[in-house]
Amino acid sequence: MPIDKIVPDVAAAVAGVKDGDTIMISGFGFAGVPNDLIHGVLDSGAKDLTVISNNAGTGTEGLAALIGSGRVTRIICSYPRSKGSDLFDARYAAGEIDLELVPQGTLSERMRAAGAGVAGFYTPTGVGTDLAEGKEVRNFDGRDYVLELPLRADLALVQAYKADRWGNLIYRKAARNFGPVMAMAADLTVVQVREIVPLGEMDPEAIVTPSIFVDRVVHIDNDREWDI
Amino acid sequence: MSSAVSSAGTATESGAGFTKLTRLQIARRAAEMIPDGSFVNLGIGIPTLAANVMPEGKEIVLHSENGILGVGPGPAEADRDRDLINASKEYVTLRPGGSFFVHSDAFAMIRGGHLDLALLGAFQVAGNGDLANWTTGDRRFPPGVGGAMDLAAGAKGIWVLTDHVTKKGEPKIVNACSLPLTAPGVVKRIFTDIAVIDVTEGGLVVREMVPGLTLEQLQTMTEPPLTLAEDWRELVVA
Repeated sequence: MPIDKIVPDVAAAVAGVKDGDTIMISGFGFAGVPNDLIHGVLDSGAKDLTVISNNAGTGTEGLAALIGSGRVTRIICSYPRSKGSDLFDARYAAGEIDLELVPQGTLSERMRAAGAGVAGFYTPTGVGTDLAEGKEVRNFDGRDYVLELPLRADLALVQAYKADRWGNLIYRKAARNFGPVMAMAADLTVVQVREIVPLGEMDPEAIVTPSIFVDRVVHIDNDREWDI
Repeated sequence: MSSAVSSAGTATESGAGFTKLTRLQIARRAAEMIPDGSFVNLGIGIPTLAANVMPEGKEIVLHSENGILGVGPGPAEADRDRDLINASKEYVTLRPGGSFFVHSDAFAMIRGGHLDLALLGAFQVAGNGDLANWTTGDRRFPPGVGGAMDLAAGAKGIWVLTDHVTKKGEPKIVNACSLPLTAPGVVKRIFTDIAVIDVTEGGLVVREMVPGLTLEQLQTMTEPPLTLAEDWRELVVA
């Protein structure tokens, strides 16, 4: 049986998402955000979601729309407030969404740890600050480090540039950002790509996310401008 | 009397006899002092502007925490690429020799101690080098730590670029930060719109002041005691 992870549409790509799920969403600013997949989750009706993403959405579409819908009860991110993050800001001010603020490097390393089977790690980032409160601090070679635990998700939504039917991925420029670590850290990794290429066409030396980390691929043809 | 215009474009310190630098001039002065060959991260705010005014003749490699080494200046509007933005979510270019990588590698560079220098913004800096730049504690303005704590803990050197006082005229260089810390004791040098100040074990040392500013005036806008470097110079930027 040939392996074929390509699914026909967004609904098939996000099939199985359910209430209470934890969802990783790739992207940094407007680069690399899987907007079509996010709207797929929105259309699915799933609620009580926890979102893990660097930002909390801007404008009126994509992550901002998901948060604005009231379906996200908790967000784990490093930088929620940006120009245009009004939908998040309002829910946060009203106490309608829980925020776990995580330093950006700790955020990506916690995902990497989850994907790599690492149970936890000590980092100097955040030592002596409010974000290390309640966490174990240990001294190694005269320097304090704080214990950080892995971060997993039920579902990762990732945007990449090209994929093949096995799910090998390459990304484009700074749109790579969190994609590769999120793909490793979720039970189900779903990727939207601008191009699907035949198996064997990608340079094996250049593949960034190997197929083993990917479960579903959907080709999104209309590369439209989003209000994000 | 000089016209004394602040970065916000409003007249300040009227009659004080000195002119504040613009945000771009603060960035330019810091950029001039970056050692040749350095790998440097530019934080959100004034530091980001430095990418557009890097000194000619030096090869300095700019790192952006969203996965870029070799960040170049902003492109012409027609050349914008929505997959190529910096940590401030602004369009940038890539220099020859530049590379892209995953976020966890971007932070391995930071947390692994590979970066020579990070230029960061600040809400407050204390005389001992404590930095506060991620939250005001006001729920109307959600906090945003981004990569600041990683950079503060991981880069070999931290320079802060900031206005010298708040919009209300309160000192941003303080005896002790009243806002939550980003990291304790990390700031090595402070570039403001009126001075360049080194954080040393012996206290704050003024290296440069804008023309017309006196140490006494600067002290009234700065909480910790200042000493003037013997070889201090006027802070003049193109």
